[in-house]
Order: sequence, then C-alpha cells, then structure tokens
Amino acid sequence: MEFRSFLIDFTYFAAAVLFLVGLKRMSSPRTARGSLLWAGWGMLLAVLVTFFWPGLPRANLVLIGLAILLGGTLAWYIGRKALPADLPGTIALCNGLGGGAAAAIAAAQLTEGGVHSLTVTFLAALGGLLGAVSFSGSLVAFARLRGRLEKPVRFRSQGQVNAAVLLIAAVFGLMLMGNYPSHTTMTVIFFLLALLGGAMIAVPLVRGDVPVFVSLFNGLTGLAVACEGFALGNEAMIIAGTVVAAAAARLTQLVARGIDRPLGSVLSSAFGGSASTSAETGGATR
Amino acid sequence: MTGFVALYIFTLAAVTGYHIVSGVPASLHMPVVSGASFVNGIVLVGAMVVLGHAETPLEQALGFVAVALAAANAVGGYVVTDRMLAESRSRGRKT
Repeated sequence: MEFRSFLIDFTYFAAAVLFLVGLKRMSSPRTARGSLLWAGWGMLLAVLVTFFWPGLPRANLVLIGLAILLGGTLAWYIGRKALPADLPGTIALCNGLGGGAAAAIAAAQLTEGGVHSLTVTFLAALGGLLGAVSFSGSLVAFARLRGRLEKPVRFRSQGQVNAAVLLIAAVFGLMLMGNYPSHTTMTVIFFLLALLGGAMIAVPLVRGDVPVFVSLFNGLTGLAVACEGFALGNEAMIIAGTVVAAAAARLTQLVARGIDRPLGSVLSSAFGGSASTSAETGGATR
Repeated sequence: MTGFVALYIFTLAAVTGYHIVSGVPASLHMPVVSGASFVNGIVLVGAMVVLGHAETPLEQALGFVAVALAAANAVGGYVVTDRMLAESRSRGRKT
C-alpha cells in the first residue's frame, strides 16, 4: 500500500515534468515536431496509475472505464472528422469540456456529506465558477466558430447585466461556504448562474475576436483545474492547471497581437463595449 | 499540504507557464493554445478520484459526467493538437 502511494505520487510528478517539457518544445518550430508525445506520455501514465489508487471499489472502477471510453471515443471521432478550418472551434469545444469536468468535480465536492475546511470549500466553489463559465463560454465560442450565431448579440446595458450575473453567481458561491454542507437548490442556482454568465460573455464578441477568447477560456479552465487540484490535494492538477493558466494568459496577449487588436478592447467587448468598425469588418473576414 | 507550500507551487508554476510560451511564433499560436488545452485534460485524474470514491448515486452521476467530459478534453485535445502541429509544419514547408 505504501509503495503504491509512492508510485502514484512519483508518476504525477513525472507527468507534471513531461507536460512542461512538452509545452516548452511545442513553443519553438525547431522542436515542435514530436513535442506532443512528451505531454501525451505524461497524460497516459498519470491516468493509468490512477486506476491503482488504493481502496477504490470495483463497481466505481468499471464506471470510470466506461466514462473514459464514452467521452474518449466521442472526442476522438469529433477531433478526427473536423475539417481543418474547424480545428480552432474544436479546441474551444475540448477545452470547454475540461471546464465542465472541473465544474462537475466542484459540484461533487460541494454536495458530498464529508466535512471540508473553509479553504477547501472556497477553492472548490471558485473552481466550479471558473469551470462553468469556461464550459458555457467555450461552447458558445465553438458554435460561433462553426458558423452558428454568426452575428454578435448586443443589447443595452450589456456590460452591467453581464457583470451582475457573474457577481450574483460569485455571491451564491460565497453563500455556499456559509451554510455548509450546501443546500442542493443553492448549488444548482450557483451553477446555472455561472453557466449563464459564461455564455453571455461570448455572445457579444465579433467573430474575429473569438480566438482570443478561446485562449482566455483555456486559461479559466486551467485555473479551475488548479483550484480543484487544491481542493482534492492533487499536486499534478495544481501544477498543470496553473502552468496552463499562466501560459494561456501569455497566449491570449499574443493571439490578440496576432490579429492586430488591443487586448483591452477585445476584453471590454465581452461586456458590450464598442468594438471598432475596422475590427468588425477586418475581424469578420479573417 | 500547508497553505504556504501551495502558494509557492502556484507562484512558481505560474511564472514557469508564462515564460515557457513567451517566444511562440505566430504560426504556432493556435497549436500551442491547443496543446495547453490538452494539458488541462489532467483534470481527468481528479475526476477519476472523485468517481472512485463516490458513495451516493448523486456523487456517482456527477463523477461519471466529470470523467467523461475530462476524457473528452484529453483525447480531443491530443487529436486536435496533433493535427494542428502537422498543419503548421506543412504550411511552414510551403512558404
């Protein structure tokens, strides 16, 4: 048993290192070839070793296997079938699903009977909020990059409304900490508001700006993963999630610069700020 | 894990992540976004632990959803990143 825990911890550490090496190599054209294999091995080893986690009942292990088979097969099919032009949208989809996974972990943490410290509850709720926002926002981004909802949706006082939805969701999250173990209805309202907020951020964007937000939501998923990592005491999730969040922050700047758009105005357009007309036309044709 | 150790890990990982992708050329922007998204697939490990320890049907349902979504993130992220890297290579050869 002792050795098993050591092996799991060691493999998680190795996975974190492999992720770092993989991303580093991917970032340069000279080394990009084959870089994905490094990260891929890290993922494979981390997942395989988790099956040997001590004390898991067999029924749950079967469920884990089924769920991986189901999600993995569908995603493999979608990823393979996507047309080359649709790949950016597919990134948004996959990344949104990761955010959804973090949110589902948060929901399980928040509704389970055991006693957690205030910090753990706070981080679980924060990760749930970020994950749910990334989930719905990325799904809208996916739909828009796939040619649905072509036109940005705008209405009066959009900024205030969007901010209010996210703020109320955050308040509900804090209230969940207050009366723990959480009330199921409140947990449901919390997640619904977070999902609504994420979608509302993604609808006012002009289409050319959407890739910037794909990267931004990627960072939110990373933060959500890191938060749930803290809540679960899983160092591999903390390190990988944080690295992705910080990398995504940098990439968001770079992608915005790549399409000649100041990051500030892209971000403010998510809250209904005016997107300049040149970006409106120039972005849409890209 | 004490709060401060967690804070150290968080800070060092954040600085590392930021610098690792600092010099990415424009042709690799979206492939690296995709690669980072694939790394988020590590959430699968946490989802497996949650489903593994699930005791009530509600926990099992949430855990099942978490594992399925996380697996889709990991597998889809890998496939898409692989294709995007190949695409950026072939584009690089043409120019």
